[in-house]
Amino acid sequence: MNIVVLVKQVPDSGAERSLRSDDNTVDRGSASNVINEMDEYAIEEALRIREAHGGEVTILTMGPEKAAESIRKALSMGPDKAVHVLDDALHGSCAPATSKVLAAALSTLNADLVLCGAEATDGRVQVMPHMLAERLGIAALTGARKLTIDGNALTIERQTEEGYEVVTASSPAVVSVWDTINEPRYPSFKGIMEAKKKQVSVLSLGDLGIPAEEVGFAGATSEVVEHSKRPPRSGGTKVTDEGSGGVQLVEFLASEKFV
Amino acid sequence: MAEVLVVVEHAGGAVKKVTLEMLTLARELGTPAAVVLGAPGAAAALTEKLGEYGAAKVYAAEDSDVDGYLVAPKATVLASLIRSTEPAAVLLASTQEGKEIAGRLAVKLDNGLLTDATGLSAEGLATQVVFAGSTIVTSRVTRGLPLVAIRPNSVTPSPAPATPEMATVEVALGENDRLAKVVERVAEATGARPELTEASIVVSGGRGVGSAANFKIIEELADLLGAAVGASRAATDSGFYPHQFQVGQTGKTVSPQLYIAVGISGAIQHRAGMQTSKTIVAVNKDAEAPIFELADFGVAGDLNKVVPQASDEIRKRR
Repeated sequence: MNIVVLVKQVPDSGAERSLRSDDNTVDRGSASNVINEMDEYAIEEALRIREAHGGEVTILTMGPEKAAESIRKALSMGPDKAVHVLDDALHGSCAPATSKVLAAALSTLNADLVLCGAEATDGRVQVMPHMLAERLGIAALTGARKLTIDGNALTIERQTEEGYEVVTASSPAVVSVWDTINEPRYPSFKGIMEAKKKQVSVLSLGDLGIPAEEVGFAGATSEVVEHSKRPPRSGGTKVTDEGSGGVQLVEFLASEKFV
Repeated sequence: MAEVLVVVEHAGGAVKKVTLEMLTLARELGTPAAVVLGAPGAAAALTEKLGEYGAAKVYAAEDSDVDGYLVAPKATVLASLIRSTEPAAVLLASTQEGKEIAGRLAVKLDNGLLTDATGLSAEGLATQVVFAGSTIVTSRVTRGLPLVAIRPNSVTPSPAPATPEMATVEVALGENDRLAKVVERVAEATGARPELTEASIVVSGGRGVGSAANFKIIEELADLLGAAVGASRAATDSGFYPHQFQVGQTGKTVSPQLYIAVGISGAIQHRAGMQTSKTIVAVNKDAEAPIFELADFGVAGDLNKVVPQASDEIRKRR
């Protein structure tokens, strides 16, 4: 099975993150950048499928030059090769434009299965799998906590507010996964060494046949008008429990009319 | 005034609260028109409630395939409705499905989209709170109409009774709408508690709760307050509470009137999911835990003493 895993480099969600003051895009310069955590689960799932069914795993990333670090990190877990869509004109791309680029790259890769994380920790928009499915005319199975493959048939279980759903489709399809699906492996030393030699193809917008004015700021379909840091919460009261902490808590709730 | 389409979130024959929030918001932007997408008969059960909150019109797009396949049929029906009605704006709930429908619509209509909005002005300016609640963003769609997904618990729903005009929407689907088939829906007992993302009060437990069995003290306090129960990632990863109740960066984002964090240290991972709560209360044995920086009221102490005592006190006051 030919599997492509979408990997996004994001600012570390455990650190301070901000938007740039000059062009309102995510500040990727000062933050430490990592593989979007949920994508590691997608990589792990791809590797398990390759182990069970054979085939090849390709990482696909769209991002600036420094995203190459995340691509090597992803490859060190075990995928076979990677494609990096890299073009200065991509800076400032909105979600629809990003999906146009990724869809074009995917159509060169002939994937039976496209795997990705259910959301990226920076934007948390969750739209990419369905945007890609819409553009490619293939199925999207989103939010999987379990994926089973039987020949051509892909079946997922997905959590809903009311319980869970079982959804099925034929490949090719896009499947997004939550962190409940598996436990990602750590790269081995051997994996890290091998990753350095694995093939990373770089594709430009020209290679994909996409005009620069359809992406980046020129092609954006939405814009950030302004942004500001939210003032930190302050003025709270903290008491130490000396036998009446629970009562004091309820007194606070009563003063706020919650009880 | 032009119509503002509100895509109705519903389950089990009932309108979800976020829909009432969207209708309330839509009244500021134009004439609210609710769109019910579902199996045959879905709209009839919802119309009275939709009218109560000001829906001047209810579009009913009913077909078993709308319900039987993931997302794509709903987007197809909506795209055709948007083309024919040319609304002033389209509002969806910022839930997984609401966002996914919006994503497909954006591609179909070559339109921008905004998700996780906590407000939208008549000028089309949306407010979003990003990066674990640390940054406030004002943004707008610059291509097409405002296509905006609204985060639950962002607006206080207020009734404005109207008698909705009913309109049937033809459901014309293509082969690409029937690719992801829902073969089974399994209901899991959720009990009488409100849904996590819609609840006015959430009581969450973390690693400090110590065990799955001990979550009963969290549930007890939650039930006395009519609250939903949440859990930190540390608690769900430890198996103390089911994963679907996780609040945080990799779980649900909640924005209730009152959030009570019990035995939760307040790592960024957790704060990302609850920082926009109106009032925050924390109980933690570590007086230096970062959660206290967010708390309007905090108790440094043993949760096994403080929480049961709080539950007893609430009972006494009844």
